[in-house]
Amino acid sequence: MSFNLAFYSALFGVLGLVGIALIGLGAHLQLVFGVIIPYVAVILFFVGMIRRVVIWGKCPVPFRIPTTSGQQMTSLPWVKRTLADKIESPSNNWWAALRVATEVLFFRSLFRNLKVNLTKDGPKISYFSSKWLWLGAIAFHYSFLVVLLRHLRFFTQPVPGFVHLLDQIDGFLEVGLPQVQISGFLLLIAVTYLLIRRIVVPQVRYISLPADYFPLFLIIGIALSGILMRYWFKVDVVAVKKLTLSLVHLHPKIPQEGIGWIFYVHLFLVCVLFAYFPFSKLVHMAGIFLSPTRNLPNNSRAVRHINPWNPVVKVHTYEEYEEEFREKMVEAGLPVEKPLEEKE
Amino acid sequence: MAKLPKPKELVEEIDYTPPEGPWMETRPEFKPGTYGYGVKAKNLKVLGLPNQRDFYPSEEDWQLPDNWKEIFLEGMEDRLNRFRSFRLFMDICVRCGACADKCHYFIGGGDPKNMPVLRGELLRSIYKRYFTTSGKVFGKLAGARDLTYDVLKEIWYYVYQCSECRRCSVFCPYGIDTCEITMMGRELMNLLGCNLNWIGEPVANCYRTGNHLGIEPQGITSIFEFLRDELEEITGVKVDLPFNQKGADILVIVPSGSYFADPGTYTMSGELLLLHYLKEKYGLTYTFSTYASEGGNFGLFTSNEVAKRLNAKMYAEAKRLGVKWILGGECGHMWRVVHQYMATFNGPADFLEVPRNPITGTVFEHAKETKMVHICEFTADLIKHGKLPLDKSRNDHWVVTFHDSCNPARGMGFFEEPRYVIKSVCNNFYEMPENTIREKTFCCGSGAGLGSDENIITRMRGGLPRANAVKYVHEKYGVNVLCCICAIDRASFPPLLDYWVPGVDCCGIHELVANALVLPDEERGVRKRTKDLRGNPLKGYEDLVEEE
Amino acid sequence: MGDILRDFLLEKRSAILDKWLNYILGTYPEATARYFRSQKDRFLNPVTYEFRESIGGIYQSLIDDVDEEEELYTSLDRIIRVRAVQDFTPSQAVGFIFLLKQAIRNELGKELEKKGLEKELLILEEKIDKIALFAFDIYLRCREQLYEVRIKDIKNKIMGLLKATGLVHEITQEEMKFKGDKAFI
Repeated sequence: MSFNLAFYSALFGVLGLVGIALIGLGAHLQLVFGVIIPYVAVILFFVGMIRRVVIWGKCPVPFRIPTTSGQQMTSLPWVKRTLADKIESPSNNWWAALRVATEVLFFRSLFRNLKVNLTKDGPKISYFSSKWLWLGAIAFHYSFLVVLLRHLRFFTQPVPGFVHLLDQIDGFLEVGLPQVQISGFLLLIAVTYLLIRRIVVPQVRYISLPADYFPLFLIIGIALSGILMRYWFKVDVVAVKKLTLSLVHLHPKIPQEGIGWIFYVHLFLVCVLFAYFPFSKLVHMAGIFLSPTRNLPNNSRAVRHINPWNPVVKVHTYEEYEEEFREKMVEAGLPVEKPLEEKE
Repeated sequence: MAKLPKPKELVEEIDYTPPEGPWMETRPEFKPGTYGYGVKAKNLKVLGLPNQRDFYPSEEDWQLPDNWKEIFLEGMEDRLNRFRSFRLFMDICVRCGACADKCHYFIGGGDPKNMPVLRGELLRSIYKRYFTTSGKVFGKLAGARDLTYDVLKEIWYYVYQCSECRRCSVFCPYGIDTCEITMMGRELMNLLGCNLNWIGEPVANCYRTGNHLGIEPQGITSIFEFLRDELEEITGVKVDLPFNQKGADILVIVPSGSYFADPGTYTMSGELLLLHYLKEKYGLTYTFSTYASEGGNFGLFTSNEVAKRLNAKMYAEAKRLGVKWILGGECGHMWRVVHQYMATFNGPADFLEVPRNPITGTVFEHAKETKMVHICEFTADLIKHGKLPLDKSRNDHWVVTFHDSCNPARGMGFFEEPRYVIKSVCNNFYEMPENTIREKTFCCGSGAGLGSDENIITRMRGGLPRANAVKYVHEKYGVNVLCCICAIDRASFPPLLDYWVPGVDCCGIHELVANALVLPDEERGVRKRTKDLRGNPLKGYEDLVEEE
Repeated sequence: MGDILRDFLLEKRSAILDKWLNYILGTYPEATARYFRSQKDRFLNPVTYEFRESIGGIYQSLIDDVDEEEELYTSLDRIIRVRAVQDFTPSQAVGFIFLLKQAIRNELGKELEKKGLEKELLILEEKIDKIALFAFDIYLRCREQLYEVRIKDIKNKIMGLLKATGLVHEITQEEMKFKGDKAFI
């Protein structure tokens, strides 16, 4: 796949989506874009994710194959194991769970790329690109999470305390009106970084598909429309909340007072992301929990792992072996089960 | 040799930048030296594997069955349903590129398709095309592509250019293990009879004779007798060679690479000397087996079923001989199988006892299920308990570094035990740079069945990162021997180091142990050791040996 | 070589070498070249390390009129040894020498023209041609060594088996001495 095809098909795909939303509004399809599509998207998201996880879950794990990145547990008590060893060569399910947690919360394996090395020009950090990748990934995922949680205030009444708290922390800069919340901008910066990285690092560009660019453009579109909506093209927030709450309470109602067009663009892109999620690489969110090289303990010699489809196989038995070589074995002085038959 | 370029091409190439298209549109060229020979019909026949014919990878026609495509796709579907790893790894890769520069074949050779992500993508594109909705609908846009004859060949080329070392898996944020994907790719290739002969032949041999080389029982005993005689010349001790003995405490299984070619044989001799010493001094009883005369398992590079079929002999023989537990020699992929697969394949081994070192009393609880202990664990335990008199200075002619073999490192977590043993038996030990050892160790470039001589170019490429780190300690500390616990390492490092770092040898840990081990006669001062196991003079005895 | 040119070459040494290395790495596929260029750690990028360490030596022997054959040989060998096992035809594998011409011309070309030193440049380039010929010898030696390594590998395995199974008996030094055939040793 050429870069142009991959890049532009994704870009125009997202621009096309924006176009669809605008055309839809022009045709007064608020009901479709404000009610029907969100419901469909949410249903697709949950049904799709559950289906995906069920498919994975039904798939057996025939072998216990953790990638061991630390000293194994051993019966030699004097062999030292650091905390890192215990996590990365987990001796039981608890440690394995902790290992998965370090992956999910801190992107441990990605962080591993960051390494200070002593070169002859003094200490240097190698794997520059990967260090930034870790930082970019962390910034992206966490800011996305914060943004997502902040949005809970549109779906709850009364708004839970932690959402307020989050709002406060997020707005710590205390500038602007409405107050600037850092997470949205961080999200936009991080996702833009990830996009640029994909374009300028040739190794990564070489491997990239439309399916890699599309979600990035989509999220850029979502973040951008969200920021524009909050700070520039202001929309009637009270009306928005009316709509979202009505959706939550399953009594969908498009508010009489009009909500700005930008809101519907934003909402539509979010819906596409939700609907697209389970059918794309974005499922890695759930997949990481099931990854057999990370979520299994390194104790295969102590606890037997059962393969549910352990095949019955034909083996070459000792009897067959001795039958073939008996004469030679006896000649070499090796003991045999069945004595050599007397030659006639 | 690569085909000669036409003069016109040469002129056009004057800007020296390589032509490059999108990866889906480029095809590999089967250049001699970069792939192994195809499997022979007779070897497929022994195990009754599919499509038995002599296979020549460089030929246009691979003599596949007419329905090869269905076989491949059905095989793929079957595996997607049987291995969560496979399906998950097909689904969740986000192509972040963190693994891109972790493969030794990419680092040394520079072929971008050796980036692990792309190696996976070769199969993933097929997965998307035939098993996902998005791929069926959007085709190429979703990264899907048709399975054609050319694509099949491309997949083949690259699944046999992966040494299943798992280095990339350490760095992947989702733990995607290219080794697992390669294994699946190879299983699929084997459905079509497209194995390497360097894998297929050892598998066939091992099935029939019990070892990869196809050595028959009388051959094995005579090889061991030969080693015994050489060892006697150096140590004055004639070691016991118990074979197929019922009622011994321990069954000892080593990789056949240890008793067949230098420098593996020195490791074998070292193990023989150690075991004999333990027998004389502490009454340990042990036996080798001619039936289970192979620790390694090239079935692992074929399919899980074949691996199971070959592995079955270990427990079967232990049961027949009535031993208490099994001791395993120094071997890499053997320990991947023993540690992560054996109990699942052929367990439970309830006819054996939880391994207990009869000399120190240590119970190897961590091996209570498989009942198999690594000889380095065993030796480390003996040394810790002061059961072995050791004279470190006998290894003073060696300046040692340790290569973490991929499988014990990333498939077992075996880091401290071998280091403890090495440090206990020699004075000069230096680690290679931190980012090339332990879980980040670089492969020798010849693992997973890629160590055949005709594959020399690929091996040299893949071994460059490792050799380069060796060169560093060679120049900085004067390291002259690379110690490792893998038979494939010991077979592949001599040519590799010969090419990249002349002046560095390769050895196993138990060669060094045996050098340092002070035998009873030596302890009593009746005899003096002047040579190492290779017959080279020990430090301080250079003149003496010359005079002899 | 005239002093003016030599001074030029010494002055612009690092700029020319940087260009040259860059051109050499440009002979790899783009995705690879980028990695080779950006990864500075010698252990994670031995290819570039070997190149970087060696091009200086080649350059120096080009400047020095004294024939530093030893250094030239070692430097060329380190680079060619790597390229001999990569995906190159023989001409591509040693062709990197000519990229030095390109680097020098791009870096010094205009100034040399201004100073009227084109003739000197031609002499210099002739010298580079000679180095290229030398490089072919080394390339061939590397390839020969690969085959030797391969043969040794096979021999070692077969001899090991033959010896061990008692089919072949290697005459030891002691036996040779016993026979008094010292001349053969």
